[in-house]
Amino acid sequence: METKNLTRRNFIKLSSLTGAALTIGFYFPTGAKAAEVMKSETADNLGIDLNAWISIDTNGKVTITNHRAEMGQGSFQSVPQIIAEELEVDLNDVRIVFAQGNNAKYGSQITGGSSTVRGTYKKLLHLSATAREMLIEAAAKKWNVPASECYAENGHVIHKPSGKKFNYGELVADASKLTPPTSVPLKDPKDYKVLRKPIPRQDTPLKVNGTATFGMDKKLPGMLYAVVERNPRFQGKLKGFDDTETKKVPGVKHVIPVKMSVFNTFREGVAVVADSIWSAMQGRKVLKVEWDDSGFEHFSTEQLYARMNDDLKTKDGLSFRTKGNFAAALEKADKKLEATYETPYESHSCMEPVNCTAHYQGDKLEIWGPIQGPDWVQDLLSPLMDLPKEKIIVNMTFLGGGFGRKAFMDYPHEAAVISKAVNAPVQVVWTREDDTTQGPFRPGMVYQCSGGLKDGRISAYKAKLAGQNMDHQWPGAQKDSYNGSTTEGFLEPYFESIPHYSFSDLPLDVPIPVMWWRSVYASTNGFAFESFMDELAVQAGKDPLDFRRQHLGEERYQTLINRLEEVSGWKNRKKNEGYGVSITECFSSIVGEVVKVSKKADGKVKVDKVWAVMDCGWYVNPDIIRAQVEGSIVMAIGAATVHATHFNDGKAVEQNFNTYKMPRITDTPEIEVHVVDNEEKAGGVGEPGLPPLSAALTNAIFDLTGKRIRKLPFNLEEV
Amino acid sequence: MLFGPSVGHKKPLIFKIPHLAEFLVFVYALWISTYAMFFVTFFLQPNLIMASYTLKINSKTYTVEADPKMPLLWAIRDLAGLTGTKYGCGIAQCGACTVHMGGQPVRSCSIPVSVAAGKDLTTIEGLSADNTHPVQQAWIKEQVPQCGYCQSGQIMAATALLKKTPNPTDKDIDTAMQGHICRCGTYPRIRKAIKTASQIMNQKASAK
Ligand code: FES
Ligand code: FES
Repeated sequence: METKNLTRRNFIKLSSLTGAALTIGFYFPTGAKAAEVMKSETADNLGIDLNAWISIDTNGKVTITNHRAEMGQGSFQSVPQIIAEELEVDLNDVRIVFAQGNNAKYGSQITGGSSTVRGTYKKLLHLSATAREMLIEAAAKKWNVPASECYAENGHVIHKPSGKKFNYGELVADASKLTPPTSVPLKDPKDYKVLRKPIPRQDTPLKVNGTATFGMDKKLPGMLYAVVERNPRFQGKLKGFDDTETKKVPGVKHVIPVKMSVFNTFREGVAVVADSIWSAMQGRKVLKVEWDDSGFEHFSTEQLYARMNDDLKTKDGLSFRTKGNFAAALEKADKKLEATYETPYESHSCMEPVNCTAHYQGDKLEIWGPIQGPDWVQDLLSPLMDLPKEKIIVNMTFLGGGFGRKAFMDYPHEAAVISKAVNAPVQVVWTREDDTTQGPFRPGMVYQCSGGLKDGRISAYKAKLAGQNMDHQWPGAQKDSYNGSTTEGFLEPYFESIPHYSFSDLPLDVPIPVMWWRSVYASTNGFAFESFMDELAVQAGKDPLDFRRQHLGEERYQTLINRLEEVSGWKNRKKNEGYGVSITECFSSIVGEVVKVSKKADGKVKVDKVWAVMDCGWYVNPDIIRAQVEGSIVMAIGAATVHATHFNDGKAVEQNFNTYKMPRITDTPEIEVHVVDNEEKAGGVGEPGLPPLSAALTNAIFDLTGKRIRKLPFNLEEV
Repeated sequence: MLFGPSVGHKKPLIFKIPHLAEFLVFVYALWISTYAMFFVTFFLQPNLIMASYTLKINSKTYTVEADPKMPLLWAIRDLAGLTGTKYGCGIAQCGACTVHMGGQPVRSCSIPVSVAAGKDLTTIEGLSADNTHPVQQAWIKEQVPQCGYCQSGQIMAATALLKKTPNPTDKDIDTAMQGHICRCGTYPRIRKAIKTASQIMNQKASAK
């Protein structure tokens, strides 16, 4: 299998960096789609490519390519940190560059589902070790000694008996001509020198002196700026516009209608293109636009939730996962319970508003931007812009937050369309208001949970969720298909220990664009599932942590519970002191959180502390994991207690941070994060810390006050 | 109960009452005066006029042609080409655009270029290019940034706080930083890093 993918061919190139004639070639790692060899479009000045991720110049300078987006979650560190371990180089000496979109070369580049490490670590370890072995073999040949007498360390190959050494730069040309070995030894995790260490992030220095280039920082010669007045109602059309006043604004160059692809439809608007953002914004202010909003429903939040609640009362939904006979088991239960939970629509509100720079040049299109899936942008734009995929060059900048929003390809399309229309490079900037009101949003959900207890254990469990199914928006979607994420967040061993269960969903079909929002369905499922688990524990008269422990037989879960119990001081807490717990599973990681709340002098509730235990299996950098869990907790506090998007007459109500408020430093409790050490398969890091928080918080409030909160967001000041 | 626009989060204005007074005194006073100037500019200058301004940014002089109402933010980013200062909201809510004007932290998105002309301005690029400023060092030590987009503003605010209050309490830190949004939620590390920066500064002072 592997050998088939290790085809290799060499290309001669003049390296501008070293001035020497170098050979560029690389092989495709196992799992990459195309098994043919291509030339790296960025490799000109990077030296010799040993594979798609690793280039070394003749001075020994190593360049590692990060094929994924860096949006705060740390791929810019994680990918190189994995490679440095098996390649035997010092991370401080390597140069890290972003890949362009090219999934034939890198495999999928979509940065979502917390997939960068868990999806590629085995491949990266393997190809780094392969490159190392090739360098060792090249040295052994030069010295005419057996390779087994040589080893690699800190960018050098050393001949053990004689102590002779070569740096990688002296070996790379020879190494790149070798046939890669088919099997290579990988290190035992206990021998790791780079992995598992809290090595400071390589992008931090760039982010404290203003030199990191985000999407909006991209400047091109002759570049124009555009802002777009878009129909505030998804699916609305443009009827006409009057740009008389707009054209009078100094700096305004063009006013053009624009359509961008959004799922199975197009969003329409009018672009004002000027020589500065400010002129474009001023021109937009005096633009008069008329919309055609006929032919679709204009919803209010009340109507949306009324429909979801009605559906839950009257319909069974599309069955996703069942076992046994829920109805019969409920009949026989000692105690029965039913509860309904509500979660709001939310905006992603990345700190860097959506923006994109495009330069259409007839036979090619180049794009720069904060983009989570450069290869997805190529795939979407190729037919829409009528260009072959390889003529669409997508460059990733640093992303000022992503959270799922920037995996979506509407804004690169819009930038491409505008650049083509005005025949110039254009940067399209979404104002904060555009970013907050246009979506796609996290879908609002309503959950109906019912359950029965027998002998203090769950004997029957049923969850029905109502809300928009994100998959149903894509062209050709089967709208009668169940939501495959209905059980996201629910812990796997419950499916073993609960004898009768039923999970189903009721898709809401309304014209509001919705999209993955950090941790996706788990972000709202977690609230319902773990609130209801708490309610069941209370009904059973059990300690909430013990109740969960009793249903989670597997050792991995028991370890996590024990750790959470220990670090949070759970056993020593007093009755009704304000402790709440919640444990969820998301993207193959398990996270448990304990929240402690108390009453302030004025009687209002405040959050004192959050403890989190993260089990993400095999991991790269414990400090990045801690940072991600801290950030997830703060974001979850925001979604639980600070903000929500509402709709009125088919339009989003909240526009900017004055109404769509953000959690601030004053809303942030002390947070303590622990990372479990084990050798399970790697799980996600950027998202799984978010889902447990809201239920741990409301469970803590119940513990303190006896008040059960079943609807988010709620105001802590009003509890 | 259904969700409705009326069920939103009701905090008084942007900030909680206990800190409001201090916040007004320490931060808003300057904005209010600049807002006043903004309106003067707005009403006295006819619309759509371009004028020439001299901006003193990081001890360098830039001559720019701009609409007097153009926010300083865009003049810094697009005319002076210093892109470390960020756009987050445009309405003085997030702090991403914070720079120093005459040593005070201000929101460049809400100050017209005509008002900032001639004043001493410092942006993130002016702290130090080689990350030798104690606040930058502390930010690196505590590994504060995630996406990094808000951090220029956070660092400028922290620098101003430490200048005025070299040994800030937790409450001083929360008060000074609560106008700054970090969507990545780096707040716990910002708190730590400000304390670390304070220590670094004290060590430097005593070494002298
Ligand atoms: S951009 Fe100035 S405060 Fe948000
Ligand atoms: S680090 Fe991303 S917004 Fe603050």
